[in-house]
Amino acid sequence: MTVPTSHRSLGRAAGDDDGTTRSTMLDVQGLQKTYYGSGQAVEAIRDLTFTVDAGELVCVVGPSGAGKTTLLRCVAGLLPPTAGEVVLEDTVISEPPAGMAVVFQEYGRSLFPWMTVAQNVERPLKEKRLPKARRRELVGEALEAVGLADVPTSYPWQLSGGMQQRVAIARAIAYEPHILLMDEPFAAVDAQTRADLEDLVRALWQRLGVTVLFVTHDIDESVYLGQRVLVLSGRPTEILANVDVDLPADRDQLTTRSAPEFTRLRGEIYELVQRAKRGERPSPADPSH
Amino acid sequence: MSVRHALRTVVLALTLPVVLVAAWWFATADSTSFYFPPLAEIVETFQPTWLEDPVASSRIVTEALPSLGRLTVGYLLALVAGVALGVAIGSSAKLRAFTEPVLEFFRAVPPPVLIPILMLFAGIGTQMKILVIMWGCIWPILLNTVEGVRGLDEVLRDTARCYRMRRTSMLFHMIIRGASPQIVTGARQALSIAIILMVISEMFAANNGLGFTIVQFQRSFAIPEMWSGIILLGLLGVALSLIFRAVEWPVLAWYRGYRQAQRGGN
Amino acid sequence: MTTAPDVRAPLPPAPAAAVPARRRRSSDNLVLGLGGVATFAALLEVIPRTGLVDDRYLPPLSSMLSALADRVQTPEFWEALRQTLTTWGFGLGIALVVGVVLGVVIGSVEILRAATATTIEFLRPIPSVALIPLAVLLYGTSMQSTLLLVVYASFWQVLVQVLYGVRDVDPVARETARSYRFSRLSQIRTVTWPTTLPYAMTGLRLAAAVALILTITGELIIGTPGLGNLIAVAQTSGAVDSMYALVLVTGALGVLVNILARRLERRVLRWHPSVRRESAS
Repeated sequence: MTVPTSHRSLGRAAGDDDGTTRSTMLDVQGLQKTYYGSGQAVEAIRDLTFTVDAGELVCVVGPSGAGKTTLLRCVAGLLPPTAGEVVLEDTVISEPPAGMAVVFQEYGRSLFPWMTVAQNVERPLKEKRLPKARRRELVGEALEAVGLADVPTSYPWQLSGGMQQRVAIARAIAYEPHILLMDEPFAAVDAQTRADLEDLVRALWQRLGVTVLFVTHDIDESVYLGQRVLVLSGRPTEILANVDVDLPADRDQLTTRSAPEFTRLRGEIYELVQRAKRGERPSPADPSH
Repeated sequence: MSVRHALRTVVLALTLPVVLVAAWWFATADSTSFYFPPLAEIVETFQPTWLEDPVASSRIVTEALPSLGRLTVGYLLALVAGVALGVAIGSSAKLRAFTEPVLEFFRAVPPPVLIPILMLFAGIGTQMKILVIMWGCIWPILLNTVEGVRGLDEVLRDTARCYRMRRTSMLFHMIIRGASPQIVTGARQALSIAIILMVISEMFAANNGLGFTIVQFQRSFAIPEMWSGIILLGLLGVALSLIFRAVEWPVLAWYRGYRQAQRGGN
Repeated sequence: MTTAPDVRAPLPPAPAAAVPARRRRSSDNLVLGLGGVATFAALLEVIPRTGLVDDRYLPPLSSMLSALADRVQTPEFWEALRQTLTTWGFGLGIALVVGVVLGVVIGSVEILRAATATTIEFLRPIPSVALIPLAVLLYGTSMQSTLLLVVYASFWQVLVQVLYGVRDVDPVARETARSYRFSRLSQIRTVTWPTTLPYAMTGLRLAAAVALILTITGELIIGTPGLGNLIAVAQTSGAVDSMYALVLVTGALGVLVNILARRLERRVLRWHPSVRRESAS
């Protein structure tokens, strides 16, 4: 295993689209995943190849059942791919890597219900064997950053759904990951909370300079959040399109969402997803089409 | 309001026991029945039977303490072994399928029939009784632990893996904590089995212990003494269940809240 | 309205594949389970034969089984089995009726519930076996002695579950029934009982197992007629093979009781709307 070539500090500003060369954070090459069971094979992912640069915020959208979760679990090292490889900072992933944090959709099931909010955030830091003072500092900062500084001794189940997901996000950023994976994190919260959490993710990303891979089924969300949107085909999954989001770095719910460019991008991606639903595949990869 | 409420709860809670004891007291007050002596007489015999001077040579020390000691050792051994084996078996689907029918059989064997079997190996001494208690207690703990470990949430497991939890913290902070509601259920079932086996093993073959002493009273027709022994056993059962609750309460505090939140659709 | 906490991880994804996969898995499990039983049986045969354990204490499985084969040809065995099942059945039946009736009555009347809560928690842990000396004095070695223990022990299982059930009745449904001026009896029939039934079935399942344990215990310790008594006799006469054979029978009986009770529970509750996750209660 090689040592990561560039050490990245979290304080660095990101999100600037100034075109300077960046290092590649995540490199997915020819990823394929087939499930075997009951004597028949189900091909979930056929061929995925893409890269994410350090400090980028990339969204992944696709029709439901497009293998988004499979993709994320492969990238997270939770699921071994059938073929191809996932390289994070020059290291091929075979198990969950050190520099990665994941926020799952099911906030109620990803927080340890027997730990308080602060303990939930602190647990991974203990696993990293950070000294106590540093842990306390990180926990405090992370909870402050997600606006939960006042509830460290509460249990997750005493909080609303949106607040629970904030705890999960706090746990992820306190971990100081180089890359943050988010698997439809806001699919189960109400619309207002969702807008708040989207802004929170944008703000944290800009402040911490962390690379974010954000999986969602919500087209608006992908445009609003991402610098780039990867549109997946239906199963077996391939990449249908890569859409650059040319919106200003400073976004807010009202002006950004009413900008003509936003509407255009949304329409474009909507059209792509509709085509994916109809079973359209990227032409060079599939000769039958 | 809360003081009045608490007072009301206490009064209500105490009413029935007081009524029951009073009923027993008065119903047997003039009793001439040999088997049901007046409660007053039983209470009078209690102290000389169990707590005579000096305390060191009274029956509570010579008979009850050895019983309790065996119970504690057997129970704790079963708890440790049951949780350890349960975690091992529960963590592997294959191992679980492989062992399940045999374990179900062991659980279904009424534990007291093991007394004659274990007597072959270990005689009628302390060792046999501890073995019997341990053997009887281990199955509910083991099988409930298996269930608990199996029922651990997949997302929670994934989360633990993503944050690279080490093996030991996975075991103690994730698996055992997560399975603790089921482990406690098993441990509670095991506790009542432990008491039964403590008494039975002494009734079947022993030369000391609570069960032995009570049967001796019965055989020599020392009826008030026998009744005092039954009462002592009852008090012991209650005391053990109170201790169990005192331990369970803080351990499962999170689980009560969690369940309530789920039910309330939080 | 997606309720996230209930969504299971969607893997493996194809719904068409899910059903046969499950069936296949359960048949795999059956094979593994049978393998486990075979392994256990083999160990039970081999260990005493190799002298790892003294075969006077643990005879090989084949000896146990041949002792069992001898036993089942005697009318004595079948008589004992019948007596055990009779004691068990009577005890369980009495406990069930008394437990359900008392449970519903206590549970439906607020003041009774408050007044009995602590007492029940206090009386329940009193070990049933403490009653053995009393039972012996009252009934000697007749079946009633054991019956007393069985009823006492299984009664609590039923009562406590029924009380849980009555407490679980939806307050809105209760209020509705009350506001329509349902009579007390029809309130119980239409509102209380449907909610309580699953709990009562759980109570029955638990009580069935406890009743069997206490039946065998009473027979073994007190000497009332039945399988437990046969074990005691085999033990005192040094018939070790026979003793093991009878222990195997009691285990098989226990497994059978568990399976039947679970099946009955499922059958009765098949129509029931409440899908209850039965856990630490």
